[in-house]
Amino acid sequence: MRLELRGITKRFGALVANDHIDLVVEPGEIHCLLGENGAGKSTLMNVLYGLYDADEGEILLDGEVQDFEGPGDAMNAGIGMVHQHFMLVPVFSVAENVMLGHETTHGPGILDLSAARETVRSTADRFGFHVDPDAVVEDLPVGVQQRVEIIKALSRDAQVLVFDEPTAVLTPQETDELMAIMRQLKDEGKAIVFITHKLREVREVADRITVVRHGKVVGEADPTAPDNELASLMVGRAVQLTVDKQAARHTDNELAVSHLQVATPNGQVVVDDVSFTVRGGEILVIAGVQGNGQTELTEALIGLHPDARGSILLDGSELRGRSVRKVLDAGVGFVPEDRSTDGLVGEFSIAENLILDRTDGAPFVRAGSLQLGLRDEFAREKVDEFDVRTTGIDLPVGRLSGGNQQKVVLAREMSRELRLLVAAQPTRGVDVGSIEFIHQRIVETRDAGIPVIVVSTELDEAVALADRIMVMYRGRVVGIVPADTPRDVLGLMMAGVAPETEGDAA
Amino acid sequence: MTAPAVDGTPAATPDAPRTVSTVSWKTPIALGVVLALYALLLLLAPREGDARFSLSTPTDFFQLPVYVIPGMATAWLCAAIGAVLVVPSVLATRRARRTPLWVTGVFAAVLLFGFLAWAAAGSARDLSVVGLLGGAVALSVPLVYGSLSGVIGERSGTINIAIESQLLAGAFTAAVAGSLTNSPWVGLVAAMLASALVSLVLAVFTITYRVNQIIVGVVLNVLVIGLTSFFYSLVLVPNTETLNSTTRFERIPIPFLERIPVIGPVLFDQTIVVYLMPVIVFGVWYGLFRTRWGLRLRAVGEHPRAADTVGIEVLRTRYRALLIAGLVGGMGGAFYTVVSINQFGREMTAGAGFIALAAMIFGKWNPVRAALAGLLFGFATNLQNVLSVVGSPVPSQFMLMLPYVVTLFAVAGLVGRSRPPAALATPYTKE
Repeated sequence: MRLELRGITKRFGALVANDHIDLVVEPGEIHCLLGENGAGKSTLMNVLYGLYDADEGEILLDGEVQDFEGPGDAMNAGIGMVHQHFMLVPVFSVAENVMLGHETTHGPGILDLSAARETVRSTADRFGFHVDPDAVVEDLPVGVQQRVEIIKALSRDAQVLVFDEPTAVLTPQETDELMAIMRQLKDEGKAIVFITHKLREVREVADRITVVRHGKVVGEADPTAPDNELASLMVGRAVQLTVDKQAARHTDNELAVSHLQVATPNGQVVVDDVSFTVRGGEILVIAGVQGNGQTELTEALIGLHPDARGSILLDGSELRGRSVRKVLDAGVGFVPEDRSTDGLVGEFSIAENLILDRTDGAPFVRAGSLQLGLRDEFAREKVDEFDVRTTGIDLPVGRLSGGNQQKVVLAREMSRELRLLVAAQPTRGVDVGSIEFIHQRIVETRDAGIPVIVVSTELDEAVALADRIMVMYRGRVVGIVPADTPRDVLGLMMAGVAPETEGDAA
Repeated sequence: MTAPAVDGTPAATPDAPRTVSTVSWKTPIALGVVLALYALLLLLAPREGDARFSLSTPTDFFQLPVYVIPGMATAWLCAAIGAVLVVPSVLATRRARRTPLWVTGVFAAVLLFGFLAWAAAGSARDLSVVGLLGGAVALSVPLVYGSLSGVIGERSGTINIAIESQLLAGAFTAAVAGSLTNSPWVGLVAAMLASALVSLVLAVFTITYRVNQIIVGVVLNVLVIGLTSFFYSLVLVPNTETLNSTTRFERIPIPFLERIPVIGPVLFDQTIVVYLMPVIVFGVWYGLFRTRWGLRLRAVGEHPRAADTVGIEVLRTRYRALLIAGLVGGMGGAFYTVVSINQFGREMTAGAGFIALAAMIFGKWNPVRAALAGLLFGFATNLQNVLSVVGSPVPSQFMLMLPYVVTLFAVAGLVGRSRPPAALATPYTKE
């Protein structure tokens, strides 16, 4: 089925998310939609899928204009979507998820579960992977959950398949397997739209590439185009894909974590006997696929898991068991993984967010009253220093772009006197310009002789920033290796395979 | 997931994530505290004389004697058995296991028996076991129907604080419609419709206008109390003969079965509204977990966006769920005026809707468990009635608190891990 989008325009208030976008996807081709976070790719696909109403433009399938009232219409017309955030009901079984919305029934609406199981099995067999139809979705690894999404789309006989940032949650090996599935689908004559911002993947599977920036199509490219050409097309200027940094100069500062264990309330061990050391003046990147204990590890460092066991020694003094307040006072800066829920109060102004962790005394609070003048002066200074692009310090922080929000978090955390910096996913959902800035600030912190921990799920970022890389898998440390370790070794480590020679664990 | 077939030593990580024990000491401590309170009661307020338990009604196949047992001795014996039962609970917890359910169950039953023996000791009247259990079944009717109403609504994602107003509106309407037509059936249907109307208002405000569900529920409760009280004094009181005097449902004894001692009169000599209860409990369970309707309803309550992306109309599904919930809740409301007694009284539901809500939570949003919880709370309510008949030494004000105390403890301490529907209280917007 041939998909054509003509002049799609979608506005959210003053923001034009899609500005007259044209796109043609032929059957039997993989068409890449390449663009930065916030470029409008997902908006476009949600328009296509009937989740948003376009303000202008039309959608054509095999030359016929479509009018989708909702996703149901889009699906019936043959469009399937593998969503970035899986559209699966976590407490349902695989078969229930696949059948939902077009259930096979016998009698008056009584579910025919065995038919649904059969659909799951036969579709999975076609692609040579195995999924247990009776497994509950929330118990499955994300890679398998994604396959359930694919089965769901295929079981409705989708002819146009949209993959929205499908590799964000996968190991490199799972990514390879996904690519193979996409090629197989292409050979079956499906039209495939592949949304991503990762150049490596584009080069691997794309037949054609359309680059989107600020809601507009800015060009088409060939998969053979060199990386920096694609990158500069995507960003709109020349970009530097590597991080400039000198060799590490170690200082005497040191964070030593030993035998750290964190368990969830129902007893599952999510950080399992983790030990490592970070010296002043070096960046340790914790790599691994999302959900392998990195989140809980950083939370434990900051004191958010009071039940954690083991020890966390910062310059010789024990942090474990201290309250978050005391840990912060000990000089730990913390950039949480999800800035909008854990890092900032969206309704509060930039100025208020910047002093959020300093409301218990001088200089910003005196005799129980906020010192507004001092606060605003401080805020203006930080907004300047961290290049936060805003109309004013009174703007609610939630109105800023992802990159500028992250700069506010960074400004707050770095404005105290630090003895350790923990940054979890510091560049997720951040535009390329801000990424460069954030990386530079992190490297400056390291060069000031402070131990730095960065959690990243993006292998490129890990390799670019790290002095050493620690890979986590299922809560355990697979290994700690130098930053110049080959990518395929790192990839295997992310799947839980230990490297043959252990890197120095000093 | 298939492991990549490559060279390299697999990490020492086992495939399943490691777990550590997190069994809490809550259960043994709770048992210990209850036992201590019970023993304290026996120590501080010893009673003289024997307790008399009667088990039979005159129509039974054969008559069981009235059992006369020494009150205090029995009560202390029960305390001793209870103390013995704490031991397996402690042992289980030390071995990082859960306390077996039978231990908690037997513990509760034994202590309850001991308490009854203590309370009835020295009373001139027999404590009728049939009355205790039969009344429990009857009193649980509004709780069971109310909790089912809650389960259906909340499984679809709408918090239903308004069960109380559904019951009350149902009771009022059943009284009026039943009195006008002299037919309990008309009263029942009218109650269901009135309750569905309350649900509809809840739906319009929470689903269409996305008002906070708890606020709408609370407002509805207050509104319905106000409206029914107003019309009661203004219209029903002056016209009691025509508007507030219903014909009740007849008891339908089931031949043969009703003459079995104890369970006959308790289970097989009831009204149609009671007989329908297990049918509807099963129906709701089957509907929720075995049909397309239920699958979509639960999907909408767990992850409405996912439901939307497969073409399910989220708002329509929620509306439908609330309306059905309203119909079911209305059956509980009808109980007050066409089953239990034959007229409406101001605020006669007296918080039953909130206990039904608690039963729903105690039942972990499962219709069968919620119904069982409703029975338990009904029993607690009736216990208070029965004890006041035999002249219990406990002040009646304390006895009136009993069902609420039981509810509070049940919901706070004994539920264990329960997870409400993920999208509960979240209105759905398409953007």
